[in-house]
Amino acid sequence: MSVSVRIPTILRTYTNGAAEVAGEGSTLRDVLAKLDADYPGIGARILDDSGKIRRFVNVYVGDEDVRFADGLDTATPAGVQVSVIPAVAGGC
Amino acid sequence: MALATTETPAAVDFGPASALSCRECGTRYDLGPSFACLECFGPLEIAYEFGRVTREQIAAGPTSVWRYRDLLPVPADVAAKPNLAPGWTKLVKADNLARELGLRSLHIKDDSGNPTHSFKDRVVAIALEAARNFGFHTLSCSSTGNLAGAVTAAAARAGLSACVFIPADLEEAKIVMASVYGGKLVGIEGTYDDVNRFCSELIGDPLGDKWGFVNVNLRPYYAEGSKTLAYEIAEQLGWRLPEQIVIPVASGSQLTKIDKGFRELVKLGLVEDTPVKIFGAQAAGCSPVSTAFKAGHDVVQPVKPNTIAKSLAIGNPADGPYVLDIARRTGGAIEDVDDTEVVDAIRLLARTEGIFGETAGGVTVGVLRKLVAQGALDPDAETVVLNTGDGLKTLDAVAAHARPAAVIRPSLEAFRTAVADA
Repeated sequence: MSVSVRIPTILRTYTNGAAEVAGEGSTLRDVLAKLDADYPGIGARILDDSGKIRRFVNVYVGDEDVRFADGLDTATPAGVQVSVIPAVAGGC
Repeated sequence: MALATTETPAAVDFGPASALSCRECGTRYDLGPSFACLECFGPLEIAYEFGRVTREQIAAGPTSVWRYRDLLPVPADVAAKPNLAPGWTKLVKADNLARELGLRSLHIKDDSGNPTHSFKDRVVAIALEAARNFGFHTLSCSSTGNLAGAVTAAAARAGLSACVFIPADLEEAKIVMASVYGGKLVGIEGTYDDVNRFCSELIGDPLGDKWGFVNVNLRPYYAEGSKTLAYEIAEQLGWRLPEQIVIPVASGSQLTKIDKGFRELVKLGLVEDTPVKIFGAQAAGCSPVSTAFKAGHDVVQPVKPNTIAKSLAIGNPADGPYVLDIARRTGGAIEDVDDTEVVDAIRLLARTEGIFGETAGGVTVGVLRKLVAQGALDPDAETVVLNTGDGLKTLDAVAAHARPAAVIRPSLEAFRTAVADA
């Protein structure tokens, strides 16, 4: 499935400054693997050494925080937007 | 990978602050408008090189947070700049409430006395100086309400533009208050976490260029403002640390920074190193940190909030893991109360001490009461509880319980019949 991936400012050094890049895969896991193949090194910024989403990263598929869905197994239907967002933003 | 930081103007002056440092991995960066570590996404904090700071020096300072300017990332002449000069709020000796709860010594740090009636003026004051330093023209934030008002007011005083974002369904008083100071208030259809996500995306977009988002790209500076609660409590207790403190938890930033503030006072020799048990308070309808604490977890599973305590309704708290660490390290706990207990606690605080707290204050006092009942708080230890906002902003929460005793004609007879004989 082809999807779009929104890249946060601090990871745009990997994407030559692009805020949004094309992605591919039927689950978030596949999309992130393809992203790392296209932009080597970016995967390790999003996933930790054991392959889990880092503690301070939020990933959304569409409007859903994947921690409320199926995590890395969350389905990524064609055309959906995947957003990677640093978790430390915000708060009161 | 190069550790390029965002470009900053040459003339920045952050007083004793020396760098940004990742709380997770310790990587250091130049002071700039950035908030997440390029290595691990961990939160960036301010690192300092403090000079000599004495009690006398502090006591001779202004009656605002600026008496602690030598401990904050602000220039030495900060008090002379146009800002709201918040802080130095009352530490109320709460003997009536203490008696009712069976505590020996209780104080309420009443932050409803700030310029926009919540503790948010403290954090915004520090973020404003960072915005000035970085040459930003617009002050912005994602907010559960109180912060939006604090930002628009501070921007008005400083002569900056403001554009703030809130969940569209907030309390009317918070919407009116955030709008009255000018600037743009934008309601987002969604929860606070949706608003937060929106702001994180706006910040990387040309639309948000030269904007200082106080709790996003200025968050390391902003968060330091909560340390002033710790400084004031210690100074107002006669330069001592309290034995127990109960603090509301939304993102967890405030609790984390109060702990940091106490530690700094010890390190600087301004107070004796006595143990402080730190307790966190959440509303049951949004209690991801309390749930994790009770389950023994060290990560926080996000939730979708549903509580009248909207100022604490953050389902995905950024500093949740640190709150867990601090409560466990100090021998404290995280507890939660339901909305009925929140309303009861607002009324209890008002009835016993003449302080009308907002729902967040109800959560904190409610949790205080619950912790005493559970035996988790030592009734003989010196205890401090925070009221972080004003009940006038959350009138709906108690309106049904706070009505006139009678409405009568202006005659003694009518009064005698209706009230005086009752």
